[in-house]
Amino acid sequence: MRVFWTLWKREVASAFYTPMAWVILFFLLLVTGFNFYAGVSVLNHGPTEVTVVESFFNTIFFWFAFLLLFPLLTMRLFSEEYRTGTIEPLMTAPVRDAQVVLAKFFGVLFLYCVLWIPTGLYFLIFWWQTRLQAAGAIGAYLGSYLLLLLMGAFYLSIGCFCSSLTRHQITAAVMTFCLVSLVFFASLLSFLSGSIGTLMRSVSISFSPIDQMTEFSRGLYDTRPIIWYLVMTGLFLFLTLQSFQSRRWR
Amino acid sequence: MIVVNGLTKSYGPTDAVRDLSFSVKRGEIVGFLGPNGAGKSTTMKILCGYLPADSGEVRIAGFDIFSNSIKARSRIGYLPENVPLYPEMRVGEYLAYRAALKGVRPRRIPEKVEDALELCNLRPVQRQLIGTLSKGYRQRVGLADALVNEPDILILDEPTIGLDPNQIRDIRNLIRSLATRHTILLSSHILSEVEMTCSRVMILNKGQIIASGTPAELRDRSGSSLTGAIRLELLAPEKTAQETLRKLPGIASVNSLGMKGDWATLEIIPSGGDPRVALFEEIVRQGWKLREFSAHEASLEEIFTSLVASASKTSSTPA
Repeated sequence: MRVFWTLWKREVASAFYTPMAWVILFFLLLVTGFNFYAGVSVLNHGPTEVTVVESFFNTIFFWFAFLLLFPLLTMRLFSEEYRTGTIEPLMTAPVRDAQVVLAKFFGVLFLYCVLWIPTGLYFLIFWWQTRLQAAGAIGAYLGSYLLLLLMGAFYLSIGCFCSSLTRHQITAAVMTFCLVSLVFFASLLSFLSGSIGTLMRSVSISFSPIDQMTEFSRGLYDTRPIIWYLVMTGLFLFLTLQSFQSRRWR
Repeated sequence: MIVVNGLTKSYGPTDAVRDLSFSVKRGEIVGFLGPNGAGKSTTMKILCGYLPADSGEVRIAGFDIFSNSIKARSRIGYLPENVPLYPEMRVGEYLAYRAALKGVRPRRIPEKVEDALELCNLRPVQRQLIGTLSKGYRQRVGLADALVNEPDILILDEPTIGLDPNQIRDIRNLIRSLATRHTILLSSHILSEVEMTCSRVMILNKGQIIASGTPAELRDRSGSSLTGAIRLELLAPEKTAQETLRKLPGIASVNSLGMKGDWATLEIIPSGGDPRVALFEEIVRQGWKLREFSAHEASLEEIFTSLVASASKTSSTPA
């Protein structure tokens, strides 16, 4: 466990030592800040059915920034160590492969959570200013952020896997972006009318992050997506470990 | 401390290491010598548990590097070739991180880091970012990293490559001073370096050990220890001296290199064996005055070249 924390601390620290974390944080806040402004001005135009939480978490703007996060956050994880050769001192120290994979994953997951913390401020300010009852609905916030965490864990594990495959960061980023987009937009299959059956359609809808977010940001929790994301995260971490170990026999 | 048995490793169709066996005892400094691509780095990476072997056995301080990798790895301090480091970390911070990773107890980390900084002369740069260090300092950070948990065994891959002569001397002295506490295996393709630091040398070529022993033993093994000419400066008539000395056993020829005043300079080519004692006795018998008597001893360099040449000859001739 001590080895894990040592590795984890280095992962987190190195993200903040380099400009990377700060740059991502800055631009994410820029985009979400604009998104929040847009959401609030929609509410100002007259009565709507959506709450501020919903209008924040379920816009094109939000999802676009969200999808771009994963390749940016994960591309360097393993690729950089392969490329600079620091993997060699790392793996000749008495550390297990699984410890390295988990430390890198939880390190980037922590970074990802840190990125979202300032967005909570938006809602605090909104609630403080308006004192609207709906703005103080804890369930909606918890739901939104819980789904964000779960989706993040899954997509980050995809990123870990891609980064463990190659020594080129850009290759890892492209692969991550494609895989994450594929998973994210899989629900669009439901628009291929006729060619897929109704079962497939209902399955693909229940996997749709946008539909899931609509529910969670209203405070409606569904256990199916929760389990789905946890299982898939585990699966991709397992794949990462396999690919990381494959350097031994490649 | 290190026992290697029948180690084989190939990258695709090319064998990097072929049926390699050797052992290193506690307190020895052993040098791996060989041309580039001889399998030195591959062997070291296998010993450190970074690469698996195709077959063979490696035991580090009694632990099998493949089945008991973590225990074996914790006994090794490894300095990889080119010393990869995290450029965004500071020197002291990096060493503390490495110490923690290698299982040094938290309370003892500051003290161990201090020791390593002191030993490798890194005090002046301990707050500096690794990315801004010069090659010499990076090398020393790598060495400090290898030392920080005081492992039994140090495996150093080309510890002096890319350094200037002053830095090479510093690192060499450092390595020699470490020998009292550690067993050291280092690689190099610079022969004089191995000769100066190591108590034993293994010469590797095409993944096999073609010779092993102390530098002196290697000299004896390559046949005559005298490969070049013997130079004499005598106060004697040139012609007489030439003719007298040529008659001695074991002398192929005596050439004159000219006169400096009354002193004749002669170059004597031995015909095999060592004619130095015979020469000395003859000169004394003649009563000649002597002011230079120098023999050129075979350097490791020449032994190495001849060994590598003969090894590739035997391996290329069909059986």
